[in-house]
Amino acid sequence: MDKAERIALFQKWFSDAIPHNKALGLRVIGAGKGFASMQLEWREELVGNPETGVLAGGPLTAMLDGCCGMSVATMLKSPEPFATLDLRIDYVRPAEPGKAVIAEAECYHVTRSVAFTRAFAHHGDPKNPIAAAAGTFMLGTKGKATRPSVSAQVRTEEKK
Amino acid sequence: MSALLQRLAEVRKSGDVGKLAEAIPYARWMRIAPENGTGELLTRMRFHDQLIGNTFLPAIHGGTLGAMLEMAAIFHLLWETETETVPKIVNITVDYLRSARPVDVIAAAKVTKQGRRMVNVFAEAWQDDRSKPVATANAHFLIKSDADAPPSL
Repeated sequence: MDKAERIALFQKWFSDAIPHNKALGLRVIGAGKGFASMQLEWREELVGNPETGVLAGGPLTAMLDGCCGMSVATMLKSPEPFATLDLRIDYVRPAEPGKAVIAEAECYHVTRSVAFTRAFAHHGDPKNPIAAAAGTFMLGTKGKATRPSVSAQVRTEEKK
Repeated sequence: MSALLQRLAEVRKSGDVGKLAEAIPYARWMRIAPENGTGELLTRMRFHDQLIGNTFLPAIHGGTLGAMLEMAAIFHLLWETETETVPKIVNITVDYLRSARPVDVIAAAKVTKQGRRMVNVFAEAWQDDRSKPVATANAHFLIKSDADAPPSL
C-alpha cells in the first residue's frame, strides 16, 4: 500500500465515518505509527468573531481531539474502542482569517488502559503554533471499534 | 465597540439572551445558544446529527462538548460580569466523564476567581440529569482590553 492509499483509508475511518469530523471537513494529510495530521479549511460558519474572521476555539478543539484520537489508533495492536479522558488546549495566538489550519498529533506513550498524546495546530510552520494540545485517552471502553486494525496498515508500510 | 458587545447591550434591555448567539457564526452553525428561562444563565447545544463522534454507541463528539463548554463560559462572562471587552480564551482543560447520548447538552458556568486581567471559569455540561455531568472544564480568559491582544473569542 502506498502513502496515498494509506491516507485515503485513514480519511475514510477518521473523517468520512465520523459525522462531526466530516461536517468540519477535516482532511487527513498524514498518518504513521504514533502520528496523525489533519487539515481544516477556513470557512465563514466556523468563525467566532465576524468582524475579524478569526476562527472560534471550538473547531480547533474538535480537530485537535480528532487528530489526537487518530494518533492513538495508529498505536493499537487490535482495533479496540477508546474515548477521550481529558484534553487541554492552549490558544497561543488567533488563527489567521482565510487560512487553512494544520494539526499534527503524536501518541508518545500507551499503557494497558491509557494513551498519552500531544498536538500542535499551525498554518504551515510547526514552530509558529496557533494552539497546543495535550490529550489522554482511555482504552478498552464500551462499544466496538468503528474501524479495522490501523496499526497493521502502518506497520506493513514501515517494513517496506 | 464590537458587534457582540453591542448585541449584549440590546439583549440586556430586551432580556432575550438567546440573541447573543446570533452574533457568532460558529454558535449558529453548532446550534449553541444561551437561555435564562430558569433565572440561571444556561447554554444549550441542540442535538443534530452533525454532532455525532461515534456512530456505533452513538455518542456526541468530544470536541463539540469542549466547544460548547467554552461557549458557555464566554456567555456566562458576557452576561454575569461587567466586562467591557469580549473575553479572550487563553486555555481550557476538558474532563470527559460519561459518553454523551444523541440528545441536547446543557451547560452552566461559574467564575472561580476573577482577577484584574485574568478570570478562571469552571463549566459543567449535562444532559437529562444535572447530577450526572458528561463533561466539565476549567478555562482561563483575558478580560482586560489590551492593544497587543487581537479581538477574538
